Amino acid sequence: MEKKGYGPLWSLLMSSIAFCGSMQYVAITLLTAVFDPLQAFLLSLMVNARHLFYGICMLKKYKKLGPVKNFLIYVLCDETFSIVSSAKVPEDIDRKWFYFWVSFLDYSYWVVASVIGGFLGSVITMNTRGLDFVLTALFAVIFTEQLRKADSRISALIGAACSILCLLAFGPQNFIIPSMIAILLVLTIMKGRLKGSFSESIMGGAGASSETAAEVNEIAGAMDSTGSSAIRTSGQVNATAVIRESEVAE
Amino acid sequence: MTLTPLQTIIMIGAVALGTMVTRFTPFLIFPDHREPPRFVTYLGKVLPAAVIGLLVIFCLKGISLLQAPYGIPELISVVCVVLLHLWKRNSLLSIGVGTVMYMILIQFVFI
Repeated sequence: MEKKGYGPLWSLLMSSIAFCGSMQYVAITLLTAVFDPLQAFLLSLMVNARHLFYGICMLKKYKKLGPVKNFLIYVLCDETFSIVSSAKVPEDIDRKWFYFWVSFLDYSYWVVASVIGGFLGSVITMNTRGLDFVLTALFAVIFTEQLRKADSRISALIGAACSILCLLAFGPQNFIIPSMIAILLVLTIMKGRLKGSFSESIMGGAGASSETAAEVNEIAGAMDSTGSSAIRTSGQVNATAVIRESEVAE
Repeated sequence: MTLTPLQTIIMIGAVALGTMVTRFTPFLIFPDHREPPRFVTYLGKVLPAAVIGLLVIFCLKGISLLQAPYGIPELISVVCVVLLHLWKRNSLLSIGVGTVMYMILIQFVFI
C-alpha cells in the first residue's frame, strides 16, 4: 500500500477491518481507481464467495460457543479454516479456546505483519520471491492427509478435479465460483456413497521452536517493498506459525 | 492516494462488508438453536476435504503451462511436499523444505 501513497496506518485499518487476504490486493487497486463502494462490495462478495463453504463446514464445530463465536466467524480465513477444520482439539483443552487462539493468532500475525511491512517495506531488500509458496505447501500437506484417509479421499479428489476442470474452462480470474458449483453438484450426486470424515490428525508430529516461527513471521512482514505483498506473505507464513501453536497445544 | 481519507474508509468498509456477508451468511441461516437439514450436515462433512482440493488449485492458478517454465518449479515442489509428507508426516518439515525448494528453483534455476 506504501507504493500507492498509503502509510502504515492504512495497512493497519485495511488488515484489521477487512481482513480478507487476496481481496486486500484487489482492494488496493480499487483504492487507486474511481470511488465506487458498490463495485468494491460486489467484487468482495465474489472474490470471497469460498467463505460460504467454510461456514457450512464449521456450523457444527462452532455450535454453542457463546459470544466468542461472532469473533471466530469474523476472522474465518483460508488459513484458519484449514487448520481448525483439520486439527484435532486436544482432549484436555476447551475447544472454544482452542478455536479462539488459532483464529486470534492468525488474525494478529496478519495485522501486525502488515503494519511492519508498511513501516519497513522499503528498508529490507532480501529476495523473498517464492516465499508465498508456504501457503501452497500448507494446503498440499493437508490435501495429502485427506488422501491418506479412505473416508475423505474421494471428496478431496472431487474438489481438486472440479477445480482443475473449471480453471481450464474459465481461466484463473473466474474459476472459483464455477468450481464451487461443480463441487456442490458432484457431492450432491455422490450423496449416500460418501462417508466424509475429515481427517483430524494432521497436526501431530514434532514442533519447531516458537522463536523460529516468530522470526519467520517478522521477517515475512518486514521484507518487501510494497507493503501489500507483505500482507500476503505474512498471512501465509502465519499459517505455519499457527500449526506450531496447535502442536504446542497438543 | 487518489481518494480522500473518508472515501478510503468507505471503500475499506465496503470490502469488509462484502467479506463479512460471505462469512456470516451460513451461520445466520442456521443459528445454534436450529438444526440444519440433513443435506447441509452432509455437506459439512464432505465439503472440507473438497475445499482443500480447491485451495491447492487456487494457489497454483497462476501457472502457465504454455510458457516457460511451464509450471515445472511448482510441480517439483508440490511433489516434494507430498512425498516428504507421506514419508515423515511432519507438517512443518514438509512445508519448510517445500518452500525453500521452491524459492531456490525460481530464484536460481528457472530464472
